[in-house]
Amino acid sequence: MLLALGATAIVILALLWEVVVPALERRLQRRRVHRRRIVATGYDPGRERRAEQRARALLKSCVNAEEWEMYRDLGFLRVWGASGEGPGGHSADGGVTGAPYAYLIYPHKPIVAFIPQTGALLSEYCIEFLDRSPDDGGRLPESDDVLAKWMALTGDERRMIDQANMHLPGRQVDPRQVRRDLWRLGRWERERMRRYGSHAGSVGSR
Amino acid sequence: MQPGHGEVLLAEGDVSIPAEERELIEAFRAQLDAGMWAAVPLTADSGRRQAELVRSFDEVPRSAERVIFFPRAAGGR
Repeated sequence: MLLALGATAIVILALLWEVVVPALERRLQRRRVHRRRIVATGYDPGRERRAEQRARALLKSCVNAEEWEMYRDLGFLRVWGASGEGPGGHSADGGVTGAPYAYLIYPHKPIVAFIPQTGALLSEYCIEFLDRSPDDGGRLPESDDVLAKWMALTGDERRMIDQANMHLPGRQVDPRQVRRDLWRLGRWERERMRRYGSHAGSVGSR
Repeated sequence: MQPGHGEVLLAEGDVSIPAEERELIEAFRAQLDAGMWAAVPLTADSGRRQAELVRSFDEVPRSAERVIFFPRAAGGR
């Protein structure tokens, strides 16, 4: 009787061993992973902050006053499409032209093309400016990323569009956010025009 | 422009002085060889601010105050 009970106990222990030990090992492994120290090599928040400050100063020195205030207040830039003349533009025959399309430039997000008159979103252009140097290889400061996109768009729009991956709106940038940003932009422009007068508004919008 | 650093001054000089112009040309070529794009911020006749992408030092307007180098654009995800 005792022998039978002992044998049964051994079998139960062996079966439990098979079940419990792998589970314990998995738990220990998870614990080790969670406790593993993440070494952030080369990351210095102070350096990043100073880099962003320099980048903002550089951006401010390159774009016009309206664009700088737009970025400062709203967090994005609007750039008119090269084939558009912007609001209040004039064609060669003296007629008034509209702005067929424009872009919104966000830091480290795709460029969003839209139609200013209707607010319709056209496409997203995914573009990156990655440094290939071995010591950095990271991302540009936010304002440098915006400036790089601005320079690429205003300097050679076709080339930049050719380099970018084009997607339908909404792939990465939430269309609701873009529409909200366009609404904010409209309100911001109206306030700015009130502040500076209609003359500053018409001149500064280019 | 450099990740983690922002704006970094690479070289400065007066293009009307041959020795300094040579240094500027060397610095310019080194950046383009490293795969950077070069742009000159300009103010158009209409007053509009824009950039001009340049592929050689000869394309840089003589009146330009600075050339900004930034990493080459590539299609993102």
